[in-house]
This record gives sequence, structure tokens and C-alpha cells, in this order.
Amino acid sequence: MRQPDGSSSVLTTKVDAMLGWVRKNSLWPLPFGTACCAIEFMSVVSAHYDLARFGAEVVRFSPRQSDLMIVAGTITDKMAPVVKKIYGQMAEPKYVISMGACACTGGFYRAYHVVQGVDELVPVDVYVPGCPPTPEALMHGVLKLQDMIQRGETHYDRLKREHRASTA
Amino acid sequence: MTVSSANTELPLRDLLPGGADLKIEEASDGHAVITVDRTRLLGVLEALRDRPELKCNLLADVCGVDYPDREDRFEVVYHLASLEHLHRFRVKVPVAEGDAVVPSAYGVYKAADWFEREAYDMFGIRFEGHPNLKRILTHDAFQGHPLRKDYDPGQRWFLTDAETMVPEWATATSEDDDQFETQVLNLGPSHPATHGTLRTVVRLDGEVITRAECEIGYLHRCFEKMSETHGWQQVIPYTDRLNYCSSMMNGVGYALAAEHMLGVEAPPRAQVVRVILSELSRVMDHCVCLGANLVDLGALTNFWYFFQPREEIYGLLEACAGGRLTVSYARIGGLAHDVPADFVERVRFLLGYIPKFIDDVDKLVTRNRIFRDRTEGVGVISGEEALAWGWTGPCLRASGVPYDVRRAWPYMGYQDYDFEVPVATTGDTYARYLVRMEEMRQSLRIVEQALERLPDGPVITDNHHVALPPKSKVYSEMESLIWHFKLIYEGIKIPAGDGYFFTEGANGELGYYLVSDGGGKPYRIKVRPPCFAVFQTYPHMLVGHMVADSIAIMGSLNIIAGELDR
Repeated sequence: MRQPDGSSSVLTTKVDAMLGWVRKNSLWPLPFGTACCAIEFMSVVSAHYDLARFGAEVVRFSPRQSDLMIVAGTITDKMAPVVKKIYGQMAEPKYVISMGACACTGGFYRAYHVVQGVDELVPVDVYVPGCPPTPEALMHGVLKLQDMIQRGETHYDRLKREHRASTA
Repeated sequence: MTVSSANTELPLRDLLPGGADLKIEEASDGHAVITVDRTRLLGVLEALRDRPELKCNLLADVCGVDYPDREDRFEVVYHLASLEHLHRFRVKVPVAEGDAVVPSAYGVYKAADWFEREAYDMFGIRFEGHPNLKRILTHDAFQGHPLRKDYDPGQRWFLTDAETMVPEWATATSEDDDQFETQVLNLGPSHPATHGTLRTVVRLDGEVITRAECEIGYLHRCFEKMSETHGWQQVIPYTDRLNYCSSMMNGVGYALAAEHMLGVEAPPRAQVVRVILSELSRVMDHCVCLGANLVDLGALTNFWYFFQPREEIYGLLEACAGGRLTVSYARIGGLAHDVPADFVERVRFLLGYIPKFIDDVDKLVTRNRIFRDRTEGVGVISGEEALAWGWTGPCLRASGVPYDVRRAWPYMGYQDYDFEVPVATTGDTYARYLVRMEEMRQSLRIVEQALERLPDGPVITDNHHVALPPKSKVYSEMESLIWHFKLIYEGIKIPAGDGYFFTEGANGELGYYLVSDGGGKPYRIKVRPPCFAVFQTYPHMLVGHMVADSIAIMGSLNIIAGELDR
């Protein structure tokens, strides 16, 4: 909204919408890459596909500096406690993308040492299918997550609403 | 890849201790198979290593096999090779279930270290005298031995405690010099420089590592058990996910192994396409290895330079197979389908396109002062030592041993290609970098020659015990319909027997030990992952180095977790 003297403009919005807009455009991913999908993740952040176009290129290997965990690869029972620990170390708000068939469901490893989907361990916001997913598919997943953040539909938002309702 | 039967000319019975009553046979894969009682195992292994006529300097693999119906339920199988005489041996030791103990071969071949731990983990066979016999792939809370035939493939055990695997020495108070405190540091498994899922615990004196131990198995996704529950052909997608940086080569290696067991051969066109795509995969693999290694050393730019040619190769693979990374393009008997019409032009484009990026990195890095200071003299290993640990591939060649399967035991017509096997002598991280750089150029040379001789014709065998007949014939001929039906329902049946077949993977000798009981499913598949043997040396190489060096060394070894843990 332009001021009568033409000096500056004012935009009216809700705080949540503003925060959502800010958050969705500056996702800092933590690649929890364990297997083949991690190699495709490297392709996504490399020059050819370049995830930077969607504001999510600041890859951080410390969970304390990131707000998006991309689980890229098979999670085994041996790795399971580590996933939980790393997720616990991330500061809120935090989101999870499960990349690839193994992270989503265990994939074609219905086996004695493989977690049958990372949602056994941590809440997942977006599931990206594929073995491994193409870079386009992962980008689609990131865009979907951005939509969900904007609309307040992520797991984090749901928990926050429930918390508010229970304390009100 | 198959070995000529030169073994039969050797007077093995005279050369081996107690040879008169050993069971010695010549197997169809060219190995001399020696079945030996466990009490005489070490004597036989020592003779195989030390006798000048035998001189087996490489212990390629140790694995277990479970035969529940036999009186001696388990069999421990050793694969040995002499790189000098170019002959190979398979030593089998049967043991009973109630008394599954075998003397450890670690004293004879250091390479046995982790392989024996794996056999213990998977089958519960104990190796007497092993320095550190404990589970290696499964976790602390795991019960039972998963590769036994009576173990349910889906039976999971849950691990809740993240603080597992703390070596005893790590908790012990520092011994001699109590003036300075030692510190125990945990690297991984979730660490930017551990390339996936490796974990190392190191003890530091100041910044110098005084002791180290590795924990692997964080990506153990049960490849071998899964392959026992699928048909022979269905295993190919699983092989893709072993070394996922060059998945084409795993599939080709497996298909060749199964073809040898079946006695069929892929048509010439399929062979040449396999060579082209395998060598391009080797280039891709080295790109990832070097790119990641350089990132860890702070040279990020090279990572982008190396990933660009990869994208182009991916494009080609996608056009051929439909998948970028996990291609599943090889089939037992040939290829899934023919290459696209513009295949030759695309490969020609790649041949002109890739060298530019290699040259760019070469100019940036090879004579770079910082890079050389950080890699020269770091992680040095002598050729002899490397062989004793079971090293193969570029890492071994960087230590001066010119062993390349494509030269020593040629397969897929590699004997007809003109290429060099690059060898360096210093055995340090820098040498491993140089060898990989040169190997990429040599691979491109092979691709160029292969392209010249790419014949026309079918890409899959017409043996309908192995490959489906063309769909048009299935609809028009009764016989083809029956073949189709049988192959879909029963799968390929490989004659009963066993064989060890090996190719030159991106990391070294990639071996498949196949055991068939004549049915439509593999009885046992053991992969000999090249980086498994390399990585077991890693904790020993670290001693005396700084923490930062450990990262440089690890990157140069190219440890791929999918292949390491399977």
C-alpha cells in the first residue's frame, strides 16, 4: 500500500503468513545421506540442477544449523538411534523430507536389518518416491514442503496448534 | 575373469603339507579347489603363500556357506590368487554346527581380519586366534546369525541405544605418559567427511592419532540374504545398489558370473556396449571419489567441475536404461534392450566433452602447493603391505603393484583394447589421486576403441533357457510361448555347483562367489567388495597422523558404504 506522499509501502498480512514466507524461502537442509540417494542429492545441489534456485542451497552438516532434514537413503536398525539423535538436535521449526523408496518404506529391502520407513523414527512431512528419485522429483518435494510451510500444514505447525489448544 | 586351468600342471600334492590325502579338484571356473580339514588349514595356507611355485600373495575373500543337510553344516571358503603366476585357488574347510571353530588365518594373511568377522557375524563360525572377533555388520542388540538358512529374512531386532561400540581401549585410562591427557574422539557415522555411514573412534595425543578403530554396518541392508529370496535375474537391481557410484559395473560383473555358470555368452554387441558403459561408469566413480576427496580438503570448485561430466554420462545412461543412477541395464545373457539410435553420437560427444573437465581439475590441483602438502606422504602404504591386507584396484596400483583384472585375467574382450594400467610408486594419498586421474583418461581411450568396433546384431542371447523370446514370436509360435511361460514362472535355472568370478570394478577386484543348488533362486551369493579389504586397513593407517589427515586418507580410499556393508 503506497503512502499518500509516495514514500514507502505497507503490506498487511498475518504474522504466521509472514513467518511462513520467510521460512519457506530459506530452508537450510541437513542431508542425512546414507546411500545411493545421497549421490542424487549431490546432483541436486550441484551446478546442473542447482537447488539454490529455490532458496535451499545452504547445506549444513550440523543439525544445530539446519531446519530441514533430508533423509536420503536406507536407514538400518543400526543407524536408527543416530537418526533420532540427530533429529533431536535440530532446533524448531524443523521439517523432514524422506527421499527415496528406502527412506519412505524400506524399499525392496524387506530385511532383517532395515528400518521399514524412516517414519518409524521421526515425523515425515514429504515423501519423495523413486529409487532413487530423479533430481526433479526431489525439487518437487522441496516445493511441496514450501507450500506446506506457507499454509501451515507441516508436522511442526500441527504440533504447535495442538500445543496451543491444550494450553489455552 | 575365468582362470585358465594352469593349476592342474602344478604338483599340488607334493607342494602342500599332507597333500597325499587332500581332496583336490579342478573347478569349472579355473580354480583349483582344495578341501582341507581345519587342523591342517593354516599349514596349507602358509604353503600356498610361501612356496615359490604357488606364491599366492592375495587372499581375495573369506566367506561362509550354510548347508543344513550336510553332516558338517558349514563350509568356510577362502579364495586365493597369485598375481605372479596368475593362478587361483579355492580352499574349503567343512565344520560341524556343534563345533563351528576354525583357526584364524589372520596370522598368515592380514586380509582375513574383517572377512572372518563377517563370517562370524553371518554364520556364527568362530575363528580361533582372531584378534578382535565380534559382530561387524549387524548391531549390538542383534541375535542369531542371519545368513543361516533357518533365519527368517524379515526377523528384525531393534537397537535403542545410540552409544554403541565403544572399544575397550577407549575407556581405559591413559597408560604411560600421564603428563598429557589423551582424548577419545568419535568421527561419524553422521559426519560430513565420512561419505555416508562410516564411523571411526580415535584416541588422540594432542592432535596425533595413537589408536583407531572402525565400525561399519550402518548401511548393512542384507544384500546377500535378499538375493537368496529372489530369482537369479531379479538380483540385478540389488547389485546396482552395491557400488552405487558405478552401478553398471556391478550388474555386468554379476551377469558375467551367472553367464559363466550357465555356459552362455552375451552377443558381441552387448559385450561392447557393456565395455563402453562400464568404462564411463568408472569415469563417473572416479569423479565422485576425487570430487568428494577434494571437497573434504577444502577444494570445493573441483566438485562442481567433476559433477558436470557426470550429469552428461547420466543422461546417456538414462537414454539407454531409463534410470540415471541405478540402471539395471545388464541382464544375464546380454542387455535389457538395445541402445538408443543416437548412442554413438552421444558417446562421441562425451569423449570430446569429458577431458576438458579432467584437464581443468588437473591444472587446478595436481601441482597445487596446498593440495600436495596435505596429501604427499599422507597415508603411505607399501605394495607388499597393501597386498597382505587384500587391496586391489587403484589404491593398490598407487602403491606400485600393477594388478588390474582387465590385464591379468581379461574378460569381455579387454585383451583386444590398447590401454595402459597407470601405476604410482609412493603409495600415498597423492599417488592415489594421480592414478585415478590417469585411469579416467585410459577409460576414455577404451571407450573410443570400443566405439570403433561396435558391431550390429542382437543384444541378448537367443538361448531361451536364459532370455525371453521376442514378443512377436510369443504371440505366433507355440514353442516360444512355452519358453516365455517357463522363464516367467520358474526363472533361470543355473546348474548346481559353485564358482568365483571377478571383474575390475571401480575400486578393484569385484568378485561374486555364486553357489547354486540347481533351482531358480541363488543358494548363496557372496560379493567380494573391493573397498571392504581396503577399509579394514584404514584404522592402522591412521596411527601417527593428524585428525585432518584421516579425512584426506579416507577420501582417497573411495569407500562406498553400499558396497562395504552390502
